[in-house]
Amino acid sequence: MKKLIVLVFAALFATLVLAQEAPDVLVKRVTEEVLDIVRQDKNIQNGDSRKAIELVDAKVIPHFNFAHMTALALGKEWRKASPQQQQQLTAEFKTLLVRTYSNALTSYKNQRVIFKPFRMNPGDSDVQVRTEVDQPGNKPVQLDYSLEKLDAGWKVYDVNVAGISLVTNYREQFGQEIRNGGIDGLIKTVAAKNKSLEGNPAKAAGK
Amino acid sequence: MTDILTRWKRRAGLSCLVAGMITLAGPAAAGETTYDPLEGFNRAMFAVNEGLDTVAIKPIAQAYDFVVPLPAKAGVGDFFGNIADVRNVLNNALQGKLAEAGSDLGRLLINSTVGIFGLFDVASELGLEKHDEDFGQTLAVWGWDSSNFLFWPLIGPRTVRDTGGWIVDVYTDPTWYTLNKSVATRNSLVALLYVDVRASLLPSDKVVEEAALDKYAYVRDAYLQRRRNQIFDGSPPRLQDVLD
Repeated sequence: MKKLIVLVFAALFATLVLAQEAPDVLVKRVTEEVLDIVRQDKNIQNGDSRKAIELVDAKVIPHFNFAHMTALALGKEWRKASPQQQQQLTAEFKTLLVRTYSNALTSYKNQRVIFKPFRMNPGDSDVQVRTEVDQPGNKPVQLDYSLEKLDAGWKVYDVNVAGISLVTNYREQFGQEIRNGGIDGLIKTVAAKNKSLEGNPAKAAGK
Repeated sequence: MTDILTRWKRRAGLSCLVAGMITLAGPAAAGETTYDPLEGFNRAMFAVNEGLDTVAIKPIAQAYDFVVPLPAKAGVGDFFGNIADVRNVLNNALQGKLAEAGSDLGRLLINSTVGIFGLFDVASELGLEKHDEDFGQTLAVWGWDSSNFLFWPLIGPRTVRDTGGWIVDVYTDPTWYTLNKSVATRNSLVALLYVDVRASLLPSDKVVEEAALDKYAYVRDAYLQRRRNQIFDGSPPRLQDVLD
């Protein structure tokens, strides 16, 4: 019984520490954990998308706020969607983002991530952590994360690659779908896109 | 005499193009979706480019990527990167960024000598950061901040402003300009640059293919976002968050 109490307190303490982890420390820790695994995993390096997705699911996803990401991608239309539509779309958009960008891990070739100096004021609840990906034989690529402070700790709500937001880059495409078939039409389109990526066994096996 | 004539002809051609650009530019884009009034034309050109890419350009870039070993590829990248520093010096100066212009001039001198004609980027190793600027960015800094989108076959995505900027960049690029005397050398260099740039984009092909609901819109908006980022030197003012 005593052991259990100690364990519960230890777990509570650990969550507390994680919740208080500064945003730059968080990004650095997760990046290094993920890259360490990719460096040792020949399957991921050889294009195994499923393993890459599993890795991202376990290590990266808990630190993302997908509802906020979906709202950003939708823009003004987000407020017009019902809570149920918001939930459905968030789920589908999450699947799409995770699948497509996990694949980026499979093209890993000795890239190095450099963390830029981080500035933050004590009361800030919305910050940017800036990094740069250096790859041999290619120009370095700017990779920035936008994070917000929630009760559960710092969460990423936008990722910028070379100045391109992976989230707001969908706004026009989403707008187009909404003009054509409303929010439900958009949900259907994203779901269909996810199905088509899933249904391709070559892609799923990474061959 | 013929020299003057060709130069005059070229200049006339350039002014015609610039005049064309200004006509195409039309009223400045204001609303959210009005930056692409030529969408029909652009989508057609995009389709042409996709066809060309599938049939010829991508296979060549893939072969280049597969055959050429990494150190050689890095050398090619550094070589053209060094030539691009000429453009960087010029455009940093035109934008009044004199410290950056001076630093890029230092890069150019170091890499052209110690770096053996630019084959090695020694300056970066020494901590001299590169400040990428081109004439399209200069025009934006001078006040032409919003411009309609254009998609060209072979050249790819641009805006009206950036097409004009690109033409000026070509005219100030030593690859095209000082090597005019040897057309064969110039053409091979331009082809190599083209293939090298395409090869560097190969890893993103699959991501775009899978991520996009509409590939044309995805590429267009990514291009416009990236340019905005470049114009503001990597830290553009943040757009308003809808949830705030």
